[in-house]
Amino acid sequence: MSLAEAPQLENTGIKFLNEPMKADSETDVIYMMCPMHLLTLDDKVKEIRAGQILSILTDYDGALEDIPEWCNKTGNEFLGIYEDIDHYKFFIKKVKGSR
Amino acid sequence: MKKIYLDHVATNPLHPEVLDAMLPYFKELYGNPLSLYEPGVKAREAIENARESTADLINAKAKEIIFTASGAESNNFALKGIGYALQNKGKHIIVSKVEHHSILNSARFLEKQGFAVTYLPVDNHGLVDPAAVEKAVTDETILISVIHASPEIGTIQSIADIGKIAKAKGIFFHTDAVASVGNIPVDVQALNVDLMTFAAHQFYGPKGAAALYVREGTRIVPLIYGGIQEGGRRAGTENVPAIVGMGKAAEITKRDLQKRIDHVTPLRDKIISSALKIDKVILTGHPHQRLPGHASFVVEYIEGEAMLLMLAFKGIYSASGSACSSKALKSSPVLISIGVPVHLAQGSVVFTLGEGTTEADINYFNE
Repeated sequence: MSLAEAPQLENTGIKFLNEPMKADSETDVIYMMCPMHLLTLDDKVKEIRAGQILSILTDYDGALEDIPEWCNKTGNEFLGIYEDIDHYKFFIKKVKGSR
Repeated sequence: MKKIYLDHVATNPLHPEVLDAMLPYFKELYGNPLSLYEPGVKAREAIENARESTADLINAKAKEIIFTASGAESNNFALKGIGYALQNKGKHIIVSKVEHHSILNSARFLEKQGFAVTYLPVDNHGLVDPAAVEKAVTDETILISVIHASPEIGTIQSIADIGKIAKAKGIFFHTDAVASVGNIPVDVQALNVDLMTFAAHQFYGPKGAAALYVREGTRIVPLIYGGIQEGGRRAGTENVPAIVGMGKAAEITKRDLQKRIDHVTPLRDKIISSALKIDKVILTGHPHQRLPGHASFVVEYIEGEAMLLMLAFKGIYSASGSACSSKALKSSPVLISIGVPVHLAQGSVVFTLGEGTTEADINYFNE
């Protein structure tokens, strides 16, 4: 199979929020580049309980694709993004039995 | 011929226990700390242990330590990293006139990028007046950086007082503590600092390992992008042996600091009192609020470099002002800032003592 024939990942879509949500835990990776947003996300999701919401602050544009995709892969629920003045706030709900 | 090393502020020999701790990481434990197999994991553990003891020396948390390669890098990182991170909030930075070149030149670089910088004057002892810091603060001020102790004149600044002002005004505060960590107790909580630079070779650790303390929760723009080392804030495969050495040196320093201070203070006082008996010799820096192993002077009518060479000929190694200024044969900006006239500033000599300095050395020197 050539690379062009390889199956593409489904587009996860980007959900923008008009207002930030209330989160149980917040982590800030502003000014940190790839893959710190994903590694931090992985660590921080382990620290919260199922049903709780984590928000992650980043100014890394690649996160717009990466974080929803990470949620898809790990089985956590991606709630949406709030766009602040100079950074994004991502909201993720930990799902029971997720990776 | 007897050799007497009186330039401990330039650098120090490795402590033998530090060398022993480092050696395995040059040999069998050569793994990349990011590798997932055993040698990598061991290297990673060694770095994290070093981070714990480095943090412990200055009363910080391990996660607040970013390892770098030099004090100059940490100083650049603090100024540019905070400058860039907070430029939307304001573009004014305050530094003193007696900073190391790595602070002064970073500040000049930021000026070229559109920042405004206030260079605070000092008194005749080289002290920054905390009230002058407060006066210099504007709505645009995002960072204050004042050196903890001067390697050239030995003066120790009232960092805790300046830190209190910065804290009350919600402004980030950095101190360059390269010359102080290892020579006097340094506690980031007591000093009220948000960022602090220090280097291993100043406390019998290796060259090539230093750190920037960054208070938890502080946003800082990295100088080096790439991998995920140092929490994504300083990319590049870690210098594992040097970092291990820094950790070990920090552990030993915590244990031996008071002993070191008690050893060098009377020897320093002996140098100062005998030197001041000589006509035309003037002590530079603060008479009391100074580093315990630091004696610095200007001598009228004699050029500093000539004195150094003469002393070196007798086996005594010392310095004349900062290494950079002395190489460039420029008058030291620090000496000019404390009011030393230009012709005298050329006649500067600095003697700095360490744990290996003996009473016999000082007697020989005084002769």
